[in-house]
Amino acid sequence: MLRRRLVSAAAVGFCVLSVVLALVPLGFILFFVLKEGLPALTFDFLTRLPKPVGEPGGGMGNAILGSSILIGLAALIAVPVGIVSGIHLSEFRGGRLATAARFAADVLNGVPSIVIGIFAYSIAVMPFRRFSALAGGVALGIMMIPIIVRTTEELLNLVPGTLRDGALALGATRARAVFTVILPAALPGILTGVLVALARIAGETAPLLFTAFNNHYWSVRLNQPIASLTVQVYTYAISPYDDWHRQAWAGATVLIGAVLLFSLLSRAVIRRLERMHHA
Amino acid sequence: MLTVKPSRPRERGGFRIGTGAVAAVVPLLVAGIAVVLTWDSILSIRQFGLGFWSHSTWDPVAGVFGAFPFIWGTLYSSLLALILSTPIALGIAVFLSDLSPHALRQPLVFLTELLAAIPSIVYGLWGIFVLVPVVRSIETMVPPWLRRFPLFEGPPLGVGLLAAGLILSVMVIPFTASVAREVLKAVPPSQREGAYALGATRWEAIRMAMFYGRQGIMGAVMLGLGRALGETMAVTMVIGNTPRASLSLFAPQYTMAAVIANEFSEAADDLYLHALVEIGLVLFVITVAINTISRLLIWRVGSERA
Repeated sequence: MLRRRLVSAAAVGFCVLSVVLALVPLGFILFFVLKEGLPALTFDFLTRLPKPVGEPGGGMGNAILGSSILIGLAALIAVPVGIVSGIHLSEFRGGRLATAARFAADVLNGVPSIVIGIFAYSIAVMPFRRFSALAGGVALGIMMIPIIVRTTEELLNLVPGTLRDGALALGATRARAVFTVILPAALPGILTGVLVALARIAGETAPLLFTAFNNHYWSVRLNQPIASLTVQVYTYAISPYDDWHRQAWAGATVLIGAVLLFSLLSRAVIRRLERMHHA
Repeated sequence: MLTVKPSRPRERGGFRIGTGAVAAVVPLLVAGIAVVLTWDSILSIRQFGLGFWSHSTWDPVAGVFGAFPFIWGTLYSSLLALILSTPIALGIAVFLSDLSPHALRQPLVFLTELLAAIPSIVYGLWGIFVLVPVVRSIETMVPPWLRRFPLFEGPPLGVGLLAAGLILSVMVIPFTASVAREVLKAVPPSQREGAYALGATRWEAIRMAMFYGRQGIMGAVMLGLGRALGETMAVTMVIGNTPRASLSLFAPQYTMAAVIANEFSEAADDLYLHALVEIGLVLFVITVAINTISRLLIWRVGSERA
């Protein structure tokens, strides 16, 4: 019995150790990003163009703008497709198409982002023989779709069936019940799904390398290559210049800030929703 | 007798068809990726056939493409990551499902989710400037007699398979842990209660629950494997990008995702581009297969509960 108790205590100890082992790198990463990044996070960094090699100063202003444009484009592509698909999955749960789409969304969610990048290159770069912001937006949009589909579906499923029954009993068609009763009830949740998806793609680099490519200047044109924060951080990180390394850390700080903001916002909404449904 | 037909007034199926047309985009995307990637790698598939995967020469200038070092590096680094991360991820899952004090649970769940939210590029940046120097100093401490083993051959560079495996394992932990926790939560309480009733210790009861959910836990581990196989930026930044397959943990190597990231925008001729797309195609096929298996395993545990 003593041996069994000891084994049990050891196993419990290992589980506690595991949690600590996972939190150590998290702490280290956040610590280093803030330590190296905050001092370099100046007003110039946020607003200026990058300077040529050797000249100190300059910033990632154009890359921050570029990332915002790319993320906006991605949302524009993914949000309508994702939400309408999510509605279908929730409303026609058992249907053959819904099952196939649900499965495909899970599969798509697991496809490496670099592969999505190749696909976007083939359909949005090759035909025009030019890297473009649009191609980058397509790549990120494809990555967002499965996340929005699945969260929309799950959150619509949470809406009590009595609401739908009530609407149908009043003579509403299914479409009317969904758009006037069920969807509004689930809207905050769907917003969360969008935020979760944004948090996921805001830090993506790989699919942008050969779609949006990079740009040293201010650019808002969708048919031209565009800078992004992540690609810029990558370029600077693997360069041999100390000043660029500092700026890479500052870029990483901005990235972590953005991802954290999206995550915390989505958590806040989820909390409120849970309280609503439990009440 | 009066029979009442269940009627669906004013329902003409337009809603179902309309939303269905949009939902069909998702499976079409998956099929589209398969078709487009096959189409754009056809030159390489025709020229090299299966030899593409067994040959080790990667010489874009000469137009000779063999992808063995990349598939080797991908499998080796992912396997290393899996070995390092699985026990820790399962430990976390057990702690969060069975052991954690209630007040600690939510914050810990948030922190592990945060680990998954950190962008790959930030892991890579941290890898280059913090992890690689640490790995290098560990490698220099390895005694000479140990260096004679193929596993530890080569100069202590810091960049290489060990650094890649370490960073991958950290990145994979939150995915495996969160799915494994869901699985453990889905195990009926009667499993643990029964074990306790028979006089089991805490660990023995947890082991019963893990055994009950073993398929789902397998699924969780495979989901982590799928992540590791396709991970790009962080690995590219620390693995050393050298297309030479080696058993050594210290050797700089290369992965499928990394070679695509590094060379895709520089691929000057069609054959070169097609060779890179073929690597992407195989990465796609492998990850789809692994994700499919893991989903099926996880779903099965979920549906048994119902």
